[in-house]
Amino acid sequence: MSGGDRWSHLRGLTAARIGLGRAGPGIATTDHLAFRAAHALARDAVHASLDLDAVAEAMTPLGLTVLHVESRCMDQATYLTRPDLGRRLASDSALRLKTAGPGAEVAILVAGGLSALATGSHAATLLALMVPVILRGGRTVGPICLAPRGRVALGDEVGELLESKLMLVLIGERPGLSSPDSLGAYVTFGPRLGRTDADRNCVSNIRPEGMVLDEAARRVGWLIDQALARQISGVTLKDDSDRLLAATPQPGALPQAG
Amino acid sequence: MERFDKGRWVRLAFSLMVAPSDASLAPPLQGGKSSQGKPLPSRQGRVGGGAVAVLGVRADWEPVAMYAETVGGTRYSFSDLRTLLARATPLRSGDVLAGVASASMAERVAAQMALAALPLAAFLSESVVPYESDEITRLIVDGHDAAAFAPIRHLTVGGLRDHLLSDEADGEALGALSPGLTPEMVAAVSKICRIQDLILISAKRRVVTRFRNTIGLPGRLASRLQPNHPTDDPAGILASIVDGLLLGCGDAVIGINPASDSPQRVHDLLSMLDDLRQRLEVPTQSCVLTHVTTAIELMNSGTPVDLVFQSIGGTEATNTSFGFGLSTLREAREAALSLGRGTIGQDVMYFETGQGSALSADAHHGCDQQTIEARSYAVARAFSPLLVNTVVGFIGPEYLYDGKQIIRAGLEDHFCAKLLGVPMGCDVCYTNHAEADQDDMDLLMTTLAAAGLTFIMGVPGADDVMLGYQSTSFHDVLALRQMLALKPAPEFEAWLERAGLMDAAGRVRPLEMPERFHKLIAA
Repeated sequence: MSGGDRWSHLRGLTAARIGLGRAGPGIATTDHLAFRAAHALARDAVHASLDLDAVAEAMTPLGLTVLHVESRCMDQATYLTRPDLGRRLASDSALRLKTAGPGAEVAILVAGGLSALATGSHAATLLALMVPVILRGGRTVGPICLAPRGRVALGDEVGELLESKLMLVLIGERPGLSSPDSLGAYVTFGPRLGRTDADRNCVSNIRPEGMVLDEAARRVGWLIDQALARQISGVTLKDDSDRLLAATPQPGALPQAG
Repeated sequence: MERFDKGRWVRLAFSLMVAPSDASLAPPLQGGKSSQGKPLPSRQGRVGGGAVAVLGVRADWEPVAMYAETVGGTRYSFSDLRTLLARATPLRSGDVLAGVASASMAERVAAQMALAALPLAAFLSESVVPYESDEITRLIVDGHDAAAFAPIRHLTVGGLRDHLLSDEADGEALGALSPGLTPEMVAAVSKICRIQDLILISAKRRVVTRFRNTIGLPGRLASRLQPNHPTDDPAGILASIVDGLLLGCGDAVIGINPASDSPQRVHDLLSMLDDLRQRLEVPTQSCVLTHVTTAIELMNSGTPVDLVFQSIGGTEATNTSFGFGLSTLREAREAALSLGRGTIGQDVMYFETGQGSALSADAHHGCDQQTIEARSYAVARAFSPLLVNTVVGFIGPEYLYDGKQIIRAGLEDHFCAKLLGVPMGCDVCYTNHAEADQDDMDLLMTTLAAAGLTFIMGVPGADDVMLGYQSTSFHDVLALRQMLALKPAPEFEAWLERAGLMDAAGRVRPLEMPERFHKLIAA
C-alpha cells in the first residue's frame, strides 16, 4: 500500500480527524477550514430558535393537545448561563397548566434545549413512533408541551402540575462538532420538583447518523414500560436495562412507522 | 458553627496585631457592627485604600469576622473569609449562578483590596469548609507545614504576591514554600494577580515527576495522546494513536476516555495499549480513564494498569458524588505501587479537575468555584501524581461563559497547582455552547506554554468525536514546541529520534508512515 492508501484505510476506521494535511507544524488550509465549517454549524444549532409553529404542525397527526409553555429564561443567553431558571416554569405557564386540569398517565415535554435543529428535525418523527407504543395496553398520553428554552428538569414541574405518572422529555442535546442535530430522550417516573438526574433514564445521541430513530423509540418504549410496571426510574432501572434490553426479542417489538 | 469560635478569633486578632509588614493594616477593633475601619484619606476620582480585617460584634454578642473596604466612596463589607474570597474572584458565570459573585465591579475590587490586606495567618484560623465535616479541610489543616510557612508567615496576601514576583522567589525557594501554602492562600493570591503575574510566577515553579519518562523539566512540554472513539473500537483507537505518535505526541500518557465503563472493556483496552507500547518500545505510560474502583478491581485481577485515574473535587461532598473518598485513593495507589510497573519512577496517579464541579454536585458550601478548585489540588498532592490536568472549558458556559473566562480560569488553575507542587497540565478546551472558538484556545495554550505548563492534550484535529468537545490537536503540540523552543520528555525525544520521526533540526516532520507502525494497523 502507498502512503496515501494507508491513510485512507486508517481514516475508514474512525470518524476522528486523523491524517490531516500538515503545513510546517500547522494544519493545512483545507482541513483547517473544514473544522471551522463544522464549528459554525454547531454554533448555529445552539443559537437557532425553535420554530414552534412548525413543530406543532408536524405533531398534528398525533391527535394530541399541544400546549405552549415558557421556562423562566426569556432569551437564549439566559438559558445558557442559568440552568436553574430553565428548570422552572414562568408563572403564567404554570397557571395555565394548573387550570388545564389533570393530564394523562404519560405527559410529554418537547424542548429546544441546546439544539433547536435536533428538536425541529427529529422530535415529531420520534413521537410518531413513540405514541403508539405508549398507548399499548390502554395507557393514556398527553398533552404535548412545547418549551423553547426548557431544561430536562422543567418536565418535573410540568408533570407535577399535570399529575402525570410519567414524564417523557425530548430535548436538543449539546451539539458536537460532527453532530449538530442530536436529540435526547429522558424518562422520569413520578415527576415532581426536586427530582435529580439519578431519578431519570436517558437515551442519547438520537439522530440518523447516531442512534437511529427506530432503535431510539424501541429503547425509550422499553424504559417507559419498565418504569410504569415497576414504579421506578433512574439508577435502579438503569442497572438492568442493557442486559434486559439485549434479551428482549427485537423483531416486531415496535409497530412500524407509518 | 466554627466561625463563632471565640478562641479562634482571639488568635486571629493576635495574628492581625503582630503582622508587622503592612502599614495600611488597621488594628482589630471591638465595637458595634457598623464599619470599623479608621477614616481613610480618599482622593477624588480614585479608589480609597487601606483595607482592614476587623472583628465585629453581632447584636447577640457573638464575635464575627468582618472584612471591609471603601471604593469610590462606598463601603463594602464581607461577613467571612469564604464570602471575601468569592467576592474578590474575577467575574465568571458559575459564581453568579451560585449567588456568591460580587454585585458590581467596584465591590469586586473592594474585596480584592481587603483580601490583599489580609494576613496569611488568617487562613490558618478560618476554614472555608468546616473542618469537622470535610476530610479535605482536615487534610489541608493537619498537613500544613509550619516550618515551610515560617518565611512568609508575616505577610499579607498582597505581600505574598509581591514576594512571589520578586527575584528572591526563584524555583528552589518556591519549591520549599509549597508545603507551607494552603489552597485557600494560593487561590487568594491568584485572585489579585493579573494574567501576567500568573504566567511569570508559575514559569518559575517546575514540578518534576517520573514513571517511564520524566515529566515537567524546564524547556519541555509533554502531551497526552487522547485517541477516543465513540464505541471504543480498538482499530479506530489504534488509528488515532498511530497518527498521534507520528506527530510526536503521547509522552505524558496515552489516555483513552472509554465510552463504556464496563471492566471487561477497560481491561481489553489496557491490554491493547500495553501490547502496543511494548511492540513499539515507546517510553511512555498508558491509562484508560475509568472510575478508581474499577481500576482497583482490574489491578486485583491482573490487568496491566500503569496509572490510576480519577476525577477529583475540592470538597468531600463533591468526591462522594463522584463515588470515592480519600481512603479509596489510598487503596488504589497502594495497589498500583505494588505492581511496580514504573521504570524510572513510581508516580502512579493521574487526576483530572475543573472549576464548577462542586457547584454542579451542589457541594460548594457557599464558596466560589476557583477556591474549591484549588482545594482539589490538596487532594492531588497528597498522592504524588504523575499528571494532573484541569479540563478547563469542558463544563460549559453556566460555569465559564466565554473565552475570556476560560482563559483566566486555565491560567489560575495552573498557577495554583504549581505553587502547591502539583504537576499541572491543561485540557485547553471548549464546548459548542460556550462563547469561545479556536482563537481563544490559541491564546490559552500559548500563555500556558509560556507559563511552563506540564502537558496539554493531543486530540486528532482538536475534535474529540467521543466526548463532543474541542481540545488541542497534535499539530498544536508541534506548534507550541516550535514557537517557544520546547521539547518532549527527554526519554520520549530520544525514542522519536530512534524511530526516525525527527528531522535534523529536531522537528517532528514524518514524511512516510514507518513500516513498523503500519504493521500494527494491518495486523
